[in-house]
Amino acid sequence: MTATETPLTIAGKQYQSRLIVGSGKYQSFEQNREALVASGAEMITVAIRRVNLGQNKGEPSLLEVISPQHYTILPNTAGCYNAADAVRTCRMARELLDGHKLVKLEVLGDQKTLYPNVTETLLAAQELVKDGFDVMVYTSDDPLIAKRLEEMGCVAVMPLGAPIGSGLGIRNPYNIRMILENAKVPIIVDAGVGTASDAAIAMELGCDGVLMNTAIAEAKNPILMASAMKKAVESGREAFRAGRMPRRLYASASSPIDGTFF
Amino acid sequence: MQILVNGNALELGQGATLIDLLAHLSLLDAKVAIELNQSIVPRSQHATQCLSHEDEVEIVHAIGGG
Repeated sequence: MTATETPLTIAGKQYQSRLIVGSGKYQSFEQNREALVASGAEMITVAIRRVNLGQNKGEPSLLEVISPQHYTILPNTAGCYNAADAVRTCRMARELLDGHKLVKLEVLGDQKTLYPNVTETLLAAQELVKDGFDVMVYTSDDPLIAKRLEEMGCVAVMPLGAPIGSGLGIRNPYNIRMILENAKVPIIVDAGVGTASDAAIAMELGCDGVLMNTAIAEAKNPILMASAMKKAVESGREAFRAGRMPRRLYASASSPIDGTFF
Repeated sequence: MQILVNGNALELGQGATLIDLLAHLSLLDAKVAIELNQSIVPRSQHATQCLSHEDEVEIVHAIGGG
């Protein structure tokens, strides 16, 4: 490798890993922690929810298992279907995490598709940027909306590869390419990755990173899948930087035609 | 007085503060954020913020999510 890699930079902070993982759907905090270590990720999403009253005596909390001192915690607005709820959730997260400004904004459209509600996402992004948040925004793979979110001041734009939790892979690589062509902020595929090759494809397209939860947590062996995802993101990135060969319709011999003795 | 905490009705003595509420719920050591009637009360004010009858309190924390 000759070309030197530039680390992923989000809101002024550098990351060696281009994989961002979630903390949902694990069987235990311990399994989550082990998968996190195996993934090599430095950033992990969390959800903000009501404390269960009367059920927390002696129970460890997620932030005791996954320390904000060692990892960048990325609170999300999952479960929000309008801008007001999303902004409110981010403000609670900022208070919870002692003034932490980095958030993952997602405003959902409906429960069946979990597709982003783009109009509410735009409203929330505007309000959050104005309020001083560093917004990483989950959105559709529409290149114009992605550009608009960048222009509004979001620090990363995160188009879906396929619906959240579907594991269907990168369904529209051409849109992702269009988003990448115009982008000046990191573009991170968020949602849709099902297995390692999906993550590699996202990175080979030139994405700056991949965010995933279910693909690791719902694997039969989440820790092994986390390790696979680490390698897939790294190899996809290297393949992108290396520059792939052109596609040809017909064969091109690898052995010389000259010098045959028959 | 009666207040609503995370949607549940709760009886508390007059003049109770947010710290009293957290103690009542065994949450003094928990990392939480609190809204009182939809306004965030910073952690530094939990000890001094008094509660009133029919206040609505939300207490949240971080859990697993993607």
